Amino acid sequence: MKIKIFLFIFYILFSIDAYSFENKNKLLEIYKNLRCLVCQGQSIADSNSDFAVTIKLVVQDQFNEGKTEEEIYKFLTSKYGEWIVYQPTFNVNNFLLWTLPYVVLIFGGFIIFLVVRKTKHNKVN
Amino acid sequence: MKISILKVLIFSFIIFFLLVFWLGLKKDNNYNTRSLVGNRISNFQLIEINNDKKYISEEDLKKNRYTLINFFASWCAPCRNEHKYLMNLSNENKKIKIIGINFKDKKNNALNFLEELGNPFSFVGKDSEGKISILFGIYGIPESVLVDSDLTIIKKFVGPIDQVQYHQILKLIQ
Repeated sequence: MKIKIFLFIFYILFSIDAYSFENKNKLLEIYKNLRCLVCQGQSIADSNSDFAVTIKLVVQDQFNEGKTEEEIYKFLTSKYGEWIVYQPTFNVNNFLLWTLPYVVLIFGGFIIFLVVRKTKHNKVN
Repeated sequence: MKISILKVLIFSFIIFFLLVFWLGLKKDNNYNTRSLVGNRISNFQLIEINNDKKYISEEDLKKNRYTLINFFASWCAPCRNEHKYLMNLSNENKKIKIIGINFKDKKNNALNFLEELGNPFSFVGKDSEGKISILFGIYGIPESVLVDSDLTIIKKFVGPIDQVQYHQILKLIQ
């Protein structure tokens, strides 16, 4: 009986710890994707500035209220603009940022194709 | 003919990249809140610095034609510099109400600050943890937000209000 009680307590404590560990990791992930607006090239996770500390408090509150990561980003973007998130959402203003790598890939492939075809053609001739 | 197509493609690519980089470098990358002008502020409740039971919310601000929401603190030196302009605004213009939000400060220090320099605010709220400042898109103080009766942001003033900004406010609320 004592062993069962011990195991039960151990299980509860372990579950609580695992849950808080998971939450901490999730919060850290959110902080890392937020830019510290008053720091030079630092994320909210990296910074201990007054602004970063306040943002952490607000994110923590919203996370505890059950808001999703996207909802938290949306809220902060509405207050500070797209600049606050490192991974901005797809919109008219930044469509080049999202599409340019694919455009480069396709055009690059096309150019390589043309060069290879030309080389082969020359060799045949 | 095929070589010329290739050359044209590569040349256009280089031009395109140079254009993108040139535009990117030309653009002002310093953060500013210009894009937030036109947004509406909502869902806030300000508790009075002196009385925890007294508070105002967005409904109260809607009664004013214009409201200037000013974030200040006794420890903030530039706040002292802008205070005279806030006093002038509150004394000389009836179209605008000024709400002060005391940011991460001690109550007694804030009250002494207002006693020493005068109180231009129709309501002084407290923001001990700074969480309310986030609702207004504040990232340093002093900062002020000018809103109309619809609570739409007309202008944000980052840093202390000076002579130029004081006249800007007067012009905007005319």
